[in-house]
Amino acid sequence: MNPLYILIILLLMTSAGYYLGRKRALVFTDKTGGPKTLHSRPVYYGTLTALWCAVPSLFIFSFWMMCESTVITDMVISKLPESVQTLPSDRLNLVMNDVRNLVDKNMVSGEESADLRTAADYYLHLRSVSRGALFVLIMAAGIAGISILRHRIRPELRARNHVERVIYYVLIACSILAIFTTIGIVLSVLYESIRFFKIIPIQEFLFGLEWSPQMAIRTDQVGSSGAFGAIPVFTGTLLVSAIAMAVAVPVGLMSAIYLSEYANKKFRAFAKPLLEILAGIPTVVYGFFAALVVAPVIRDTGALINLDISSESALAAGLVMGVMIIPFVSSLADDVINAVPQGLRDGALSLGSTQSETIRHIVVPAALPGIVGGVLLAVSRAIGETMIVVMAAGLSANMTLNPLKTVTTVTVQIVTLLVGDQEFDSPKTLAAFALGLLLFVVTLILNIIALYVVKKYREQYE
Amino acid sequence: MNKETTQANGTASTVDLVKKSLARRYKSEKRFRMMGLLAVIFSLACLASLFISIFGSGYTAFQQTVIELEIELDPLVLNPNNLSGADFNGLVKTSFFKLFPEVTDRREKKKLFSLLSSGASYQLMDIIKTHPEKIGTAISLWVPADDDVDMLMKGHINRSLPEAERRLDDVQLSWIDRLAEKGKIKKKFNTTFFTAGDSREPELAGIWGATCGSFYTLIITLLLSFPIGVAAAVYLEEFAPKNRFTDVIEVNINNLAAVPSIVFGLLGLAVFLGFFGLPRSSSLTGGLVLTLMTLPTIIIAGRAALKSVPPSIREAALGIGASKTQMVAHHVLPLAMPGMLTGAIIGMARALGETAPLLMIGMVAFIVDIPGGFTAPSTALPVQIFLWADSPERGFMEKTSAAIMVLLLFLVVMNSAAVFLRKKYEKRW
Repeated sequence: MNPLYILIILLLMTSAGYYLGRKRALVFTDKTGGPKTLHSRPVYYGTLTALWCAVPSLFIFSFWMMCESTVITDMVISKLPESVQTLPSDRLNLVMNDVRNLVDKNMVSGEESADLRTAADYYLHLRSVSRGALFVLIMAAGIAGISILRHRIRPELRARNHVERVIYYVLIACSILAIFTTIGIVLSVLYESIRFFKIIPIQEFLFGLEWSPQMAIRTDQVGSSGAFGAIPVFTGTLLVSAIAMAVAVPVGLMSAIYLSEYANKKFRAFAKPLLEILAGIPTVVYGFFAALVVAPVIRDTGALINLDISSESALAAGLVMGVMIIPFVSSLADDVINAVPQGLRDGALSLGSTQSETIRHIVVPAALPGIVGGVLLAVSRAIGETMIVVMAAGLSANMTLNPLKTVTTVTVQIVTLLVGDQEFDSPKTLAAFALGLLLFVVTLILNIIALYVVKKYREQYE
Repeated sequence: MNKETTQANGTASTVDLVKKSLARRYKSEKRFRMMGLLAVIFSLACLASLFISIFGSGYTAFQQTVIELEIELDPLVLNPNNLSGADFNGLVKTSFFKLFPEVTDRREKKKLFSLLSSGASYQLMDIIKTHPEKIGTAISLWVPADDDVDMLMKGHINRSLPEAERRLDDVQLSWIDRLAEKGKIKKKFNTTFFTAGDSREPELAGIWGATCGSFYTLIITLLLSFPIGVAAAVYLEEFAPKNRFTDVIEVNINNLAAVPSIVFGLLGLAVFLGFFGLPRSSSLTGGLVLTLMTLPTIIIAGRAALKSVPPSIREAALGIGASKTQMVAHHVLPLAMPGMLTGAIIGMARALGETAPLLMIGMVAFIVDIPGGFTAPSTALPVQIFLWADSPERGFMEKTSAAIMVLLLFLVVMNSAAVFLRKKYEKRW
């Protein structure tokens, strides 16, 4: 019995439950004179019946599906020959993988032995038994739910209140998902990081000056012993972000000022959507642009004036990242500038200051907290930006502040350490999670400060 | 008298001072204004150069160089009962060598045959398998040329370079010229690009596999994030009591909206792959990760849409006896729906362009097959772009640009849909 069919049958039963419950309620109205004698509208009686049918069955279904594979695997293992059972657990896993592959009929590794075949047959047998049992159980639960409720349906049953309470809990559950996501992020990153810090001490990671995550495979290997000092990686991130902000903040701020204070309606209507296009372009496109257009141009310009510029320079990645962030800064700045009360501008203008003086001495200082908040958000975005640096910045962790050299960033290192084949407990893989933790904490702090500042600022003029 | 003069002098001097400084102040005013305009122009110029460079390097990918072959479908080679074992490559070889009877040397022959794509024999195999009745006849077939030939035909290989620095040597160039004289080589619309999966050969690579992967991923994302996002927005905006707990949820959502996307990838790797054991590089896992990533966007947009519904609507509904749930479901939600849909489409557009979290959960693998379902290994359009951008072959560069053009087209369509929805249904109260 395919689980999908079980779900479809459950769906049919639920619709039947809805119909039956509604009909039951209507029977009462016929007897007692009109729907007004019911506490709720007939729809709610139907919905309540359907809920009683579906919710317990769905719980049973998901619980069953979660446990099924483990239980069956254990039972199959206990039937395997003695010699296989005593294998170490990872070898045993391989054997079970083969069995499962045999069950799914895509055997690839080696020929099937008789033992495996019997195990697979047993697996199949157990699975069909389990599915059959599940089917019977769900049918029983559904029918029981429907019949219990059908008996309880009376005109005075507060069906609407019951249904609404269920809806209320579903809504709460959906909102709590955000908390669970955060907890999930923190736990998953923290758990692996703690394992990493057991191998590499945390102070070595935070204050180490050398980063070369290649671990020695053999003990006698020379050279690559693996150094996990995050300082060079972080310097690189800061360098690239600083270049990006040096582009994005002045350009974004000035365009926001121009568009909101100077530009006429027509120009604004034309330029603003175009600026927003910049924000909608996927970062991988910027990465391609940086690697294939900007970096060669910078390198060739450098060659013209006898400057040796790496083709993976921090400058190229930073410039393109800055362009990406321009619309982000400008739209945030636009918001805060528009929130400055017109009275402040009018006061300054009536005292005889020019428009630029008004902007520089009155509007920008008044909007400063909001602008600072926006810039902080932009910084956190620059630090977390991945694709541009993966495609345009380098891999070697140089500790330099020279924008013409190659640097690497936190996100680049996470990607290179985790893409491709990996084992889950080598320090190399775990280091990626430690970097992820660092990244998460830094951006979180920036975000919290920024959101707080922006919120405070908004309240000031509201 | 004396007093008056000083006063007159004093005013005059203030006016003079102001007048003197006025020129300077107007100048700085102008300068400031110019700076603003320059900033806008700079951003627009960046946008323009981005588009020009991508379109400029990508439009040629929509054409493909093909070579015409006259192939004798020899029944001795093609046994209808055992087609899979037949030597299609040999057939293609003999018919191609017939065009150049003077080439006999083995090394030369190898060089000659390298002008054809390895996809030629597969194309022949497909034709024979669908039309077995053609065995015994001779057919004329346009087969794809190798990517180097393709690059030459599109003018990306400079003929005036010294032979050693070119991908094609002089003899090969002369062969191609002879093909061109006979009209046996031409450029045609590149259907492979839109129908094939990934390939190691640029001339055989296409984006259909990645597009399907993106499609499946987005379906999962939409199906999960839209209902959950709407439900969360409704709860926070309409039902939630003002207390500590609600504040925590709100702060959480605002923070999640600004968490770097790669961190969501780490979450997916540790939780979905590591803990729940979902299939690696499947669009199911990708969709789940992107759901978590887009949820904050959708919730924030949904709350803004709910906020814009005036309280009078709520009061009217409650006033005629609707319960709170009925008020929301029957009156507030329908009015807020266009705004929520707009937010959802914008969230989907962001999810479509997202690459970094998908790299973390292994959607970056080299996958030739078109994914057939939610659990099949697949890749996504932006990841395909990333993969191709990393490939050294010149042929992949134009493919990358072309794939970017397709991706941007999807984004333009989605964003215009959002703008259209907003324009058409948005109500100003």
